[in-house]
Amino acid sequence: MSDAIKAATLEYATRLGDDSVVLGHRISEWISYGPFLEEDIAYGNVSLDYIGRARMFYTYAAELADDGRDEDDFAYMRNDREYRNLLLFEMPKGDFAYSQVRQLFADVYYTVLLPELLQSKDETLSAIAAKAIKETKYHLRRSRDWVLRLGDGTEESHKRTQKAVDALWGYTHELFDMDATEQLLADEGIGVDVSKLRDAWLQRVTEILTEATLTVPEDSWEVKGGRIGYHTENLGHMLTEMQIVHRSHPGCKW
Amino acid sequence: MNEISLMPVEEYERLQQRSAEDVKELWDILDEVKDPEVPVLTIWDLGILRDVQRQDGQIVVTITPTYSGCPAMDNITSDVKQALGNAGYTDVKVQTKLAPAWSSEWMSSNGRKKLRDYGIAPPEDAELDEDGLTPDAHAQCPHCSSRNTRRVSEFGSTACKALFQCNDCNEPFDYFKKI
Repeated sequence: MSDAIKAATLEYATRLGDDSVVLGHRISEWISYGPFLEEDIAYGNVSLDYIGRARMFYTYAAELADDGRDEDDFAYMRNDREYRNLLLFEMPKGDFAYSQVRQLFADVYYTVLLPELLQSKDETLSAIAAKAIKETKYHLRRSRDWVLRLGDGTEESHKRTQKAVDALWGYTHELFDMDATEQLLADEGIGVDVSKLRDAWLQRVTEILTEATLTVPEDSWEVKGGRIGYHTENLGHMLTEMQIVHRSHPGCKW
Repeated sequence: MNEISLMPVEEYERLQQRSAEDVKELWDILDEVKDPEVPVLTIWDLGILRDVQRQDGQIVVTITPTYSGCPAMDNITSDVKQALGNAGYTDVKVQTKLAPAWSSEWMSSNGRKKLRDYGIAPPEDAELDEDGLTPDAHAQCPHCSSRNTRRVSEFGSTACKALFQCNDCNEPFDYFKKI
């Protein structure tokens, strides 16, 4: 692996890890607040899948960095400006409709992204994708069911779900952005060219939203910046909570 | 008419793998390591234990996680070291291998039977949806064998299980998902 490719792969694995840990943490915030016990447990399980992915991506990033850092250093010892996650995933959990709509957007995204990552020439990235694909099938079925139930439910649930779709839509464009780092890796057959995935994503999301009697918003605004470390204020608050124990007791073992 | 049940190729190959002369004893020792979440199953039954090798005096054990976020992996690692340590093997390395991704197909036939006896329906006790996922009904109840059951939740007490309830004996039960 040339130095340029290695550096880009390190950055890429970190980005994918950041996406997973941030979304996984946001989902975990529902634990003990779910609408009923089974749903609470289900959300906990989905969260664990994401935290597990984050561990795999970070472990690989640490291996590539080879500077003495481990997976925990990537998760707990970097500040918000060093995080490279997509903004969609750092938005606060909101109400249940908001979280389920975000989850649907994420699950459809991974449904189209992971089969491409599986084809990566990089064996580790491909192996992580192979594991995650299987889990995502279950995730998508659940978020789809919820969005259908809420969208096509009561007047109140419909109203809230549509509001969530409208509030989150402008954050979905970033999911399909490429920069020089990702382009280099896509050209090398290591990374995924996400710019080619929006049509498939949009088609799938449109089908589900339409079935749920919801309206697909116009593309009238968009917010971006996660991949260069420009975040909403929400990430800082989230990391404060997520990192406090680790940072208060550095190197602590039990 | 008697039926001769065929052993799946995968299981045959795994049995071959563990019978190699220089590591046979090690595989046998590791048969005492159970999955912390499903304590009737050994890590061999579950298919988590992928390989055991001797490399320059060191024992290298390869395991694979069932799900990405399986919290049992750290426990399993230390249980493996302890089991081999008790048998006098102190230089042990446990490595995690991600590819190929774990599949519920890797569970041994004995493991499936033990699972059922323990009160968890194995993957083949339900007819899957057309998309290959857990159906919303008719997984066979491990307690009374009824098919008159319904899914209560897609995600059970752990990521690898879904929760069902039997409409005949009313008992809730876990179903080990196909993945």
